[in-house]
Amino acid sequence: MIQHLASLPILIPMLAGVILLMPPCGKNLHIRRVSSVILSIVTLLVSAYLLFHVNSTAPLVYAIGDWSAPFGIVLVADRLATLLVLLTSFLGAVVVLYSCAGDDKKGSFFHPLVHFLVLGVNGAFLTGDVFNLFVFFEVLLIASYSLLMHAGNKQSTRAALQYVILNLIGSSVFLIALGVLYGVLGTLNIADLAQKVPQLTGDDVYLAKIGGLLLIVVFALKGALLPLHLWLPNTYASAMPLVAALFAIMTKVGVYAMLRVYTVIFGDNAGELAHMAQPWLWGLALATIVMGGIGVLASQDFRKLIANLVVVSVGTLVALVAIQNISATAALLYYLVHSTIICAALFLIADLIAQQRGKVADRLVAGRAVAQPYLLGTCFVVAALAVVGMPPLSGFVGKVWILKSTLDSEKAMLFWPIYLVSSLALLVAVSRAGTSLFWDHTHKDSEAIEGTKAHPVKVIAVVALLACSPLMVVFAGPISDYMLATSEQLFDINTSINAVLQGGQ
Amino acid sequence: MEVLYASCVGVLVACGIYLILRARTFPVVLGLTMLSYAVNLFLFSSGRLTINKAAVLGTGSEYADPLPQALVLTAIVIGFAMTAFVVILAIRGRADLGNDHVDGHLVKSSKEQK
Repeated sequence: MIQHLASLPILIPMLAGVILLMPPCGKNLHIRRVSSVILSIVTLLVSAYLLFHVNSTAPLVYAIGDWSAPFGIVLVADRLATLLVLLTSFLGAVVVLYSCAGDDKKGSFFHPLVHFLVLGVNGAFLTGDVFNLFVFFEVLLIASYSLLMHAGNKQSTRAALQYVILNLIGSSVFLIALGVLYGVLGTLNIADLAQKVPQLTGDDVYLAKIGGLLLIVVFALKGALLPLHLWLPNTYASAMPLVAALFAIMTKVGVYAMLRVYTVIFGDNAGELAHMAQPWLWGLALATIVMGGIGVLASQDFRKLIANLVVVSVGTLVALVAIQNISATAALLYYLVHSTIICAALFLIADLIAQQRGKVADRLVAGRAVAQPYLLGTCFVVAALAVVGMPPLSGFVGKVWILKSTLDSEKAMLFWPIYLVSSLALLVAVSRAGTSLFWDHTHKDSEAIEGTKAHPVKVIAVVALLACSPLMVVFAGPISDYMLATSEQLFDINTSINAVLQGGQ
Repeated sequence: MEVLYASCVGVLVACGIYLILRARTFPVVLGLTMLSYAVNLFLFSSGRLTINKAAVLGTGSEYADPLPQALVLTAIVIGFAMTAFVVILAIRGRADLGNDHVDGHLVKSSKEQK
């Protein structure tokens, strides 16, 4: 059983999706909700067990169908992959829980689609094969297309149409890049690619470079890096807030793919092609932080503001990918977990606030007072402090660690001012948003609407997400040790190549 | 053969990109389809273009590379599903937005203006 453990975070959501479509769950809403919550908790527990198992022993390499490594497809459950799988499963479980308070009734097939999305994201994190990465990208995309349309109105049709067309073009570019890489290197296994890239000579080097750089386009599109980030604010702001919270993990799939490809395949050992993507990633990442900061300041409604916060966090993460050393990558992982959870929490809080403010919803204008100012205000303050990076919450720890890890490199000259000024912009924009959401009332509407109290299940889900932030500070010691070990394992390329190519039996 | 094959892929990509840059959904869908045809041909050629090589073991002395064929099959299936989805979405967009522009700005029709 234990050797199949690595495949379970993919198989359980897949089974869950199918089971939830079948008669007893498909017909009865109550049964569907209960089974969906149970199945998502099972996924969460299996992911946590996988993380502890991999943490205490060596990475698991699982050859699908027992076809060994360079020929068959392998799943590689190392520390990085299992950490992100656990994060995805946790977010999926919280979103399923939150949806049980009524949002899942607004459209069809919400629960199966969430499980299919978790399947795609987990698969993308676990796979050790670039073509398989493409397949899992498509799985998560088709689930996300349908979720984006969930309970949709005209605005979301328009955003979905643009999102789908952009991603279809992205998929074509991905396939062209994979075709070039396969034509030059004769393999698509990540470990095998890493082994073969340094041996290239002559014109093949340039072909491989074209293939590798085309991949930047794809990952930048998924991760919303500067010239390709324009879809994100519209898409996230027009999706249901609950769905947008789940989408918080999807930009991180792009960042993860960059980290994997440009550290393992085109990293230190890649001979002529070593660090070939870094200058591109570095420049684009800094520009993304600037644009995201401007977007945050210019946002007219709260959800668009959060979507722009996601853009800023992607810029920060990619800048750390471009720095490419062990401590920067460890800081990246800490910040990635923190920003995913807090951005998801912010989307859910935006939903609660919008429901209680009546017609003005989450627009940043004077409006009706919320019905539960203390509860929502506290949630908002915690999330805002965390996302801006003020002490004492996890954003601050992440920010200090990021600044410290970039201190040694000469890149700090550029990175520090941009990052700190954008943090100031975030602080200004988020406090202004809080002021107008909670304190800015119109006279005639100063009474709160009766009977719009938040459903307790929703509050539990939001608190579960927010509680992660102080916990990440309290347990900052063990967590940062784990992140450092993860980062060391990622940079220890030779060991992982050997593990995949020989241990796949 | 290489020249013919390469120019086929090139022409398909060029047509696809031209159509994708149009502002209406139908040409964009056609463009995406053409682009995916081009990508499929390109993937197929990454296993080298050869003639008279066996696809099944034991039927000849030389074999064609089976992996690109498997990749193309996967890409065709996924591309087909995605095209079907975007067609449905385009029809829904036409109904919801009242026009078939990709950026969906509501151009008021003459009826609404009256």
